[in-house]
Amino acid sequence: MSKADAAAAILWVGATFYALFGGADFGGGFWDLFAGWDERGQRPRDVIQRSLTPVWEANHVWLIFVLVVLWTAFPPAFSAIFTTLYVPIALAAVGIVLRGAGFAFRKSIVGLRERRAMGATFAISSVLTPFFMGTVVGAIAAGNVPAEGNGDAFSSWIQPLPLLIGAMFVATGAYLAAVFLVGDARRGDHELERYFERRALGAAVVAGAFAVAGLFALQSEARYVFDRLTEQGLPLVILSLLCGIALLAVLLRGGRRPLRPLAAGAVVAVIWGWGVAQFPYLLPTSLRIDQAAAPDPTMTIIFIVFAVAAVLVLPSLGLLYTLAQKDLLESEH
Amino acid sequence: MPPLDLLPLAASESNLLAAREQMAFTLGFHIVLSCIGVALPATMLVANYYGLKKGDERALELARRWSKAMAVTFAVGAVTGTVLSFEFGLLWPQFEHRFGSVFGVAFAIEGIFFFLEAIFLAVYIYGWKRLRPWAHFWAGMPMVITGIGGAFSVVAANAWMNQPQGFTLNRAGEVVDVEPLKVLFNPATGYEVVHMILAAYMVVGFLVASIYAVGMLKGRRERLHQLGLMIPLTIACIATPFQLFVGDTAARGVADHQPAKFAAMECIQETGTDQTEYVGGVCTKDGVKGAIGIPGLDSFLVGWSTDTKVTGLNDIPADERPPANTFIHLSFDTMVGIGSALFLLALWFAFAWWRKRDIPQTPWFLRAVAVSGAGAIVALWAGWIVTEVGRQPWIVQGYMRTSEAVTEAKGIWFSFGLVLLLYAGLGTGAVLVLRAMSRRWRAGGTEEVQSPYAPQTEELV
Repeated sequence: MSKADAAAAILWVGATFYALFGGADFGGGFWDLFAGWDERGQRPRDVIQRSLTPVWEANHVWLIFVLVVLWTAFPPAFSAIFTTLYVPIALAAVGIVLRGAGFAFRKSIVGLRERRAMGATFAISSVLTPFFMGTVVGAIAAGNVPAEGNGDAFSSWIQPLPLLIGAMFVATGAYLAAVFLVGDARRGDHELERYFERRALGAAVVAGAFAVAGLFALQSEARYVFDRLTEQGLPLVILSLLCGIALLAVLLRGGRRPLRPLAAGAVVAVIWGWGVAQFPYLLPTSLRIDQAAAPDPTMTIIFIVFAVAAVLVLPSLGLLYTLAQKDLLESEH
Repeated sequence: MPPLDLLPLAASESNLLAAREQMAFTLGFHIVLSCIGVALPATMLVANYYGLKKGDERALELARRWSKAMAVTFAVGAVTGTVLSFEFGLLWPQFEHRFGSVFGVAFAIEGIFFFLEAIFLAVYIYGWKRLRPWAHFWAGMPMVITGIGGAFSVVAANAWMNQPQGFTLNRAGEVVDVEPLKVLFNPATGYEVVHMILAAYMVVGFLVASIYAVGMLKGRRERLHQLGLMIPLTIACIATPFQLFVGDTAARGVADHQPAKFAAMECIQETGTDQTEYVGGVCTKDGVKGAIGIPGLDSFLVGWSTDTKVTGLNDIPADERPPANTFIHLSFDTMVGIGSALFLLALWFAFAWWRKRDIPQTPWFLRAVAVSGAGAIVALWAGWIVTEVGRQPWIVQGYMRTSEAVTEAKGIWFSFGLVLLLYAGLGTGAVLVLRAMSRRWRAGGTEEVQSPYAPQTEELV
């Protein structure tokens, strides 16, 4: 494995964490949006707020990590993506601003009307942001980003595949969030537990449907990625499918374990399947990993940073999640 | 943008102007929040330490309030910081394309510090109830280090733009080798980083103190307000004299390595010895109009002798001269002027403390402190204007022009307008939320006040 390939793997690790935690975070906003008017939506909203609060910031640092690694380790890919897909990227950035502001202010504001407005801002942007991010990923997979950049600002992403991937991002986030929230609600509240179980089921079916539709779109729009996904990537696709089916079975039986690992497994397998399918391209089929790679010393710094992050950040993150979970436990009584 | 097409600019120039305005605005907004992230943790922990050591409930109360206020500013700062990392690609894609592999290493390192700060801020806020007092105090300490480390990384990247080194270009101008340590520790890193960290401590110290000074002027003179004024003010006043020294060193560094920027700062038109130091005024080709001039002082400040030769703008090729000369010059004067005024305020405070172990008992002192926070922020902005506008037309001094870095994407004026609108909402929201928090603190108790990272308490609706 070359240094460039290793850096690409690190990029994918960051993207995986972002998809899992950031995705669940967006999904929390999704369920918040559809929780119903004030009083009906109060209880699920409380659970959502409680589980997002301590970790939402840390969840989104993964996005910055991905951006920085991309521009440092693969500068030409970064500029090609940003000069072509600037419309959905800018819209996702607007969504991030609104979402962060809505989330940060909602909690500290007392008046019901203001709180409702902030809450709506938070929730609507939680749906739009992952959608536009999904279109970016879809446009890259579809090969619509030329290596030299400055591709068409609109036709590059307003196409079936990117739009489907956008919808799949939203559904996947909702699915992850619902599964995580079943766990958070579970401590004592059976009604809420079933509430999120039903939603997890629904979201799983919808996300699965988008994934299947996406496969067909891949077949017609992104032949290179489709071929590799159904050959080299096939084991991962099957793994994702198995995780999804197992999760459905557990949910339908009203079982409890192991919901979270199964949900995460389904998503992680898809992300790495995509990675395998794109290999050795960053931008299929115009820019290879080795063509876009920064000089070796830069890659070395990326590795060091990654190692330090693993040694320092992960345990700290663990401490925070533990404290947050402990808080949830205590607040039951 | 139809109305803006009327501007007498070529499309690319128009894009460049819009992109620069948007970048300046978003950076100016973010830098204030960054200062809070860098320096508020230490301020908060001093109050925390004092409270634990002396069993002073008021000091602990201050630390608790500041941590909750910081949660709000940190959340907003995380958002505006994310926007900046998007803007690198949205506004300056060619800068990333050519040099991302060089200065990106600084941002990669910054990522860790930011990540850790986000985590430990949440741990600290959660810890008020969940950790034992001293364990909680120590759980806050990582934030002090991450603040300094984060500032180091980001400012080192900026210093590199001013004094680039540590990379090899091939014939085509592509980066083929990178020496990360030389990038991080370029000649400007030392003074720029220290200058910025001290600035952060001054901004936060004076800003927090000014809030309590306003309260005291309104007659709230109980212990909480006194401590709330003294702790941050002491920190800021300790930082100030060091800042004058570091700033002076920084100016000499600029004179040595970026003569064009220095000439613009000081309005020097003709190269020569015995340069006059101008304060204020308007810069023209025929010299400075309406300024107070001190003969020889500029040369003296650069090299400790009036015989020191200082480069003037006449020796800089016309297409490499910074634009808006007067603006740069006045920004520099504003920064130095405010810095000096804050130094006098620090002396006043130190004198009163030495004589009476108390703050000066005149409302004029409180009034001075009340405006010092805004003053420090203005000085901060002025300093960044000097650094950034003074480097123009370069984005990487001597290697890449800003006009080469800018995007060809359409609609940058539109995006700038949108950013202004969004940030107006963001700023207003943040101020309203902080004011609402403060009103509720005054109305009673800290526990009920919610903040973005705090554990949920009873509903207040």
